[in-house]
Amino acid sequence: MKSLAELAAIREKMKDKVVLREGSGEIRVVVGMATCGIAAGARPVLNAFVEEVGKAGLADKVTVSQTGCIGVCQYEPVVEIFEADKEKVTYIKMTPEKAAEVVEKHLKGGKAIQEYTISNAIS
Amino acid sequence: MKELSLNILDIAKNSVKAKAENILIELTETDETLTLTIRDDGCGMSEETVQNVMNPFYTTRTTRNVGMGIPLLKLAAEQTGGNIRITSVCEKDSPENHGTTVTAVFFKNHLDFTPLGDVISTVTVLIQGSPDIDWQFVHRLNGDSVELNTKELREILGDVPLDNYEVIKWIEDFLKEAYESVS
Repeated sequence: MKSLAELAAIREKMKDKVVLREGSGEIRVVVGMATCGIAAGARPVLNAFVEEVGKAGLADKVTVSQTGCIGVCQYEPVVEIFEADKEKVTYIKMTPEKAAEVVEKHLKGGKAIQEYTISNAIS
Repeated sequence: MKELSLNILDIAKNSVKAKAENILIELTETDETLTLTIRDDGCGMSEETVQNVMNPFYTTRTTRNVGMGIPLLKLAAEQTGGNIRITSVCEKDSPENHGTTVTAVFFKNHLDFTPLGDVISTVTVLIQGSPDIDWQFVHRLNGDSVELNTKELREILGDVPLDNYEVIKWIEDFLKEAYESVS
């Protein structure tokens, strides 16, 4: 059974970390979670990002957050990636599988997957 | 929406937008009905707005931030023979005691009842998205209940935010185990 003692252990482990708040990351992953996004499947996409970023140990560097309607409902689920000094990358029609790939190749590897981006769809 | 839990996610996001500090999500099941209550202490709505949020076509033309969420929930409830009720107290009218309560009743045995789906995922996504809000989740079923109150977690976690990956994982596993023990 999950116990509250495990939470206390997490707190203990985090004590030494200077940065407690996950939100100071250099990279921001923003998932559109308005009615349009949710209906199109944004919830499992968000979960996949949280899970994969956590598993890859990128939580200090990458913040996963949620936003409202980005304005391109026909392309939902939409995910935007913001990184200092770089142009925003907008991924469209995302799935949990694509999310895992983006974490691996883009967030870890530093290379956007053009095939999944909005610029690929409209060009 | 393919699952009612997605409607719940969508509607609870309205409470977040209303700057609530406390949000309660309560599900009560009997053999025949599922009653959903989402209650917040956010800024509330005027009586006129409460009337308008039910109608997607009227409201989208006049009000921003009001969309398809409530009409979709209303449809999901009414197509089972159920109903939806919204009560709200506006912060302007009552600075001390304000907020909105959405209650929807579904008839579970109706052919058009949308299954609840992955409600655990809805809870973890809401907490991950708004870790500073105090979330209370209660699901009463089979004479038992699954409950989570982030206030209690916060007491133990201290400065560690609720959107910490390991905390979110813990909440997910905790709820999974709680559901197994009541099923």
